[in-house]
Amino acid sequence: MQRIGVFVCWCGSNIAGTVDVQAVSEALKNEPGVVFSANYQYMCSQAGQNMIIEAVKEHNLTGIVVCSCSPRMHEATFRKTAAAAGLNPYMVEIANIREQCSWVHKDMLTGTEKAIILGKAAVAKVNLNTPLVAGETPVTKRALVIGGGIAGIQTALDIAEAGFPVDIVETKPTIGGKMAQLDKTFPTLDCAACILTPKMVDVAQNENIRIFSYSEVTEVKGFVGNFDVTVKKKARYVNEDICTGCGACVEKCPMKKVPNEFNLNMDNRSAIYIPFAQAVPKVATIDPNHCNMLKNGRCGVCSKVCAAGAIDYKQKDEYIQEKYGAIVVATGFNPISMDKFDEYAYNQSKDVITSLEFERLTNAAGPTAGKLLRPSDLKHPHTIVFVQCVGSRCAACAEKGKEYCSKICCMYTAKHAMLTRDKYPDTEVYVFYIDVRTPGKSFDEFYRRAVEEYGVHYIKGMVGKVFPEGDKLKVQASDLLNNKQLHIDADLVVLAAAIEPDKSARPLATMLTASMDTNDFFTEAHPKLRPVESPTAGVFLSGTCQGPKDIPETVSQASAAAAKVISLLVKDKLKGNPCVASSDELMCNGCSSCERVCPYGAITYEDKEFRMPDRTVAIRRVAKVNPAVCQGCGCCTVVCPSGAMDLRGFANRQIIAEVDAICK
Amino acid sequence: MQKITRDLLVEKAVSLLENGTVDMVLGWKKGEFDYDITPAVFANAESLKDFVFDDFCGANFSKYLIANTKKTASKVLVFLKPCDTYSFNQLLTEHRFDREKVYAVSIPCDGMVDIHKIRAVSGEGIAKIECGEKITVSTIYDETVNIEKADVLAERCVNCKSKKHVAYDELLGEDGEVLESARFDEVEKLESMTADERFEFWQGELSRCIRCNACRDVCPACTCEKCVFDNPASPVENKAAANSFEEKMFHIIRAFHVAGRCTDCGECSRVCPQHIPLHLLNRKFIKDIDNFYGEYQAGEEVGTRAPLVNYTTEDLEPGEAVEGR
Amino acid sequence: MQVNERKPLIVAFCCNWCSYAGADLAGNNRLSYPADVKIIKVPCSCRVNPMFILRAFQRGADGVILCGCHPGDCHYTSGNYYTRRRMALLFSMLDYLGIEKERTRVEWVSAAEGAKFAATMNDFAQTVAALGENKRLEDLRCKK
Repeated sequence: MQRIGVFVCWCGSNIAGTVDVQAVSEALKNEPGVVFSANYQYMCSQAGQNMIIEAVKEHNLTGIVVCSCSPRMHEATFRKTAAAAGLNPYMVEIANIREQCSWVHKDMLTGTEKAIILGKAAVAKVNLNTPLVAGETPVTKRALVIGGGIAGIQTALDIAEAGFPVDIVETKPTIGGKMAQLDKTFPTLDCAACILTPKMVDVAQNENIRIFSYSEVTEVKGFVGNFDVTVKKKARYVNEDICTGCGACVEKCPMKKVPNEFNLNMDNRSAIYIPFAQAVPKVATIDPNHCNMLKNGRCGVCSKVCAAGAIDYKQKDEYIQEKYGAIVVATGFNPISMDKFDEYAYNQSKDVITSLEFERLTNAAGPTAGKLLRPSDLKHPHTIVFVQCVGSRCAACAEKGKEYCSKICCMYTAKHAMLTRDKYPDTEVYVFYIDVRTPGKSFDEFYRRAVEEYGVHYIKGMVGKVFPEGDKLKVQASDLLNNKQLHIDADLVVLAAAIEPDKSARPLATMLTASMDTNDFFTEAHPKLRPVESPTAGVFLSGTCQGPKDIPETVSQASAAAAKVISLLVKDKLKGNPCVASSDELMCNGCSSCERVCPYGAITYEDKEFRMPDRTVAIRRVAKVNPAVCQGCGCCTVVCPSGAMDLRGFANRQIIAEVDAICK
Repeated sequence: MQKITRDLLVEKAVSLLENGTVDMVLGWKKGEFDYDITPAVFANAESLKDFVFDDFCGANFSKYLIANTKKTASKVLVFLKPCDTYSFNQLLTEHRFDREKVYAVSIPCDGMVDIHKIRAVSGEGIAKIECGEKITVSTIYDETVNIEKADVLAERCVNCKSKKHVAYDELLGEDGEVLESARFDEVEKLESMTADERFEFWQGELSRCIRCNACRDVCPACTCEKCVFDNPASPVENKAAANSFEEKMFHIIRAFHVAGRCTDCGECSRVCPQHIPLHLLNRKFIKDIDNFYGEYQAGEEVGTRAPLVNYTTEDLEPGEAVEGR
Repeated sequence: MQVNERKPLIVAFCCNWCSYAGADLAGNNRLSYPADVKIIKVPCSCRVNPMFILRAFQRGADGVILCGCHPGDCHYTSGNYYTRRRMALLFSMLDYLGIEKERTRVEWVSAAEGAKFAATMNDFAQTVAALGENKRLEDLRCKK
């Protein structure tokens, strides 16, 4: 049986004006468990708190009820008071008789009556309270960044700068991501490589950063502060530590007809390759699908020409296990496939290309050395049609495209159009759009320059059909503002394909128990207030894995995620919230309902042995809550039919005791 | 079509026992009366002489697998009617038994009969019943009554939702189809009554409850280690109802706990000694779930996410629920 | 006017993050609502077990209202979505059993909506009062 002390606060006249505080403390004296009851002008004052501390000592109180203002105001205060008196802070309950009583009721009789009932409910709850202690877990001071694009690079650099070791896991042979494929960046038109590659070099040289390129995360266990991660380093058949990146092997490799993915298959590379000149790490990789030596043992040229002796045809996939305190997801995006957009003839004509392919065609390091030439006949195009929103904002054709706005296309199309007109003034450029969306610093000015200074023809309307005829592309489109049908003979058509999260994101989200939206973008813990954190503690989001973003936004979010990681890693220990769910394993039947509703992935299962009444041993699957991960929402408690799952601090019995006290 | 007979099932069981595939058989055996068929465990070929298969074999064995797979190192043979296979899958979804320890033989079913319906025709004093297309009832008063099987089918068989087997290792006979059933007609009828009439109806039905817990004990979705109503630590523990609300509480909560997980196998209504149409509570939830969140059949596949552990951001508001059905 | 007009008893479950704060804001702004409304704080609306609601009715509550963050704004990201499903089904079931559907309600009240909180409680209290005493769900043993 508890020994409860009740303390009724006047809050000056705030409470005492409408509630007879004396009557309340008198009435609560008779409640079960109450051994002391008093009232005072300001319970939160030092004198009020001292009164509580003395009463605890004098009456050996085990629980405290304060009838006062909202717990949102002073619950923390009174918990500290309880701790100062030697009580567990969670043995305190607040009856909110100010905001929810004296301030909303005008009549003394009504106010007093309700205050007594609220007090009774708090007493009933404290009678069932148990001391709660927040668990502590140590923090591994190392971060994992999954994805080595500009988002991952920026996050890793910022974390490393703060002195913490960081590993970057990148599936491609080099870091750099999509930004490395771009030509110029809007709205300032600096060259992407000029601003990205120095950062890549910084990453390579930073002693706090390790790069696992050509690697992927295969398993994640653990929880915030204590993740156990397995990384698969795929065999690249080249010893990374020895390879100098001289490129002799690439030059001599006889297998030169491999589609070059870095240039979006618009030219070829060799079977042993370095994706691009500034690759980090600058080491060669053998493509096992095309290398004759690996396929049938007939070649071995690269091994012969490698002065460093770095080629290793027997290399195997390697699995690395490491502990991390925090994980940052930076898996990025891809343009969607154009297969479902037959109306634009993407698969029928080489001269219908995506915007990313256009980037490579205009890039000095691209397949045409930066000259804008049609892929089909390498002739200079005189009429170019840009089509915006291909697969974006596609409410009606959701299975074809995406419902969301891809955000970056308006700006890069303006960039492409402007740069084309700048370099080739003889080229006519048409842009078909639904809306032009240019919010962002210097964005609208940029777009207006494209129209006003560079004479790009912006036409509101969509392209209905593109079909090749002779060496032209016939473009049928509508001009909505002039209410006209247009027919344009184009030499090149550029599709602003919608972007979607990288395919690796979904399985990764499962491993991390991080939630995703229906489009496979990672969801943030709060859309406004916690935009770079996943609801799963210790998992952070950087860049386009969370939603479409341009480079400036990506970089700001990347740095924000880094800041969150740093503030986690500086802690030696994490103190949990003690009001978490816990499962009574004697009653749990392992049905998995709780696991399915847990937004944090805090619930796992283990097979546990139970001694049965007939002395046999039975093995049963039971739920286990990780208190370091649980945030205490209680959703699991309601899907648990047996009540095996309960929430500390808000237990079934406690809430029902409150219900009973109120309804009595 | 291969006719499923008792001998065929025994033959199957014997061969599986003898070749070592299974070491235990879940089957039916005769109780005190011909119509009183109870589930039984047969540990060897010899004991199978008591095995029965007729029109009274309504018992759904899927729940028995939880206890019986724990007792064996090898496999349990279980015979599953189409409706049982849904419960089987649902239990697998909830990790309630080890699939590896079960050899499931699915058998077609043309409906089981309801002894209460027979009794209504034949009167009391049934001495012997012979099953078949025509059911022959002999009474202790030396009367013989012939009844068409179709006239005395159990309610759940009249409104059979599926003749399709959704799980098995081996199928005897032919598989059937998911049926268009009229199983929600009764629910609709209740819905169209006034609130007062509905209250009268349920007050009449539920107040007969004697809290024997038969519905709970037979229900393949009620597989808690300890029922919340039996747990002294839970605030709702009670043994027997003392008034008219207690059993409402019990049945509402029970129906809610199985909502989205109930396959509508109808065992609760079959075993209720007070003949309370408990399936009408479960079907109400099923009907609402179908209407509110899209058609969902519990147990159709293993591993599906039940509607109550799922959501969409566009779900209807609780305030619209009553109008939205 | 009747002197002995019966006061309805209303239990309001409020989530800690939005609705409880909304109720506090109603207090800060001195927006009155009937004293018949008694608030129980829960971390999230998804903590409310149908058992709590039935228990309240059983012990003589005339109405039960659940308040949580607006869909999409749940502090725990998805809790109120589960609440929405559970309560839609429970309320529909109670109606099916012939219990007045006006006695139960779910309302989304944000921490900024003190006025909405007060207005909701006024409206709900009025609706419940008009229904009169809750006879269908009450357990008579529990009455003093």
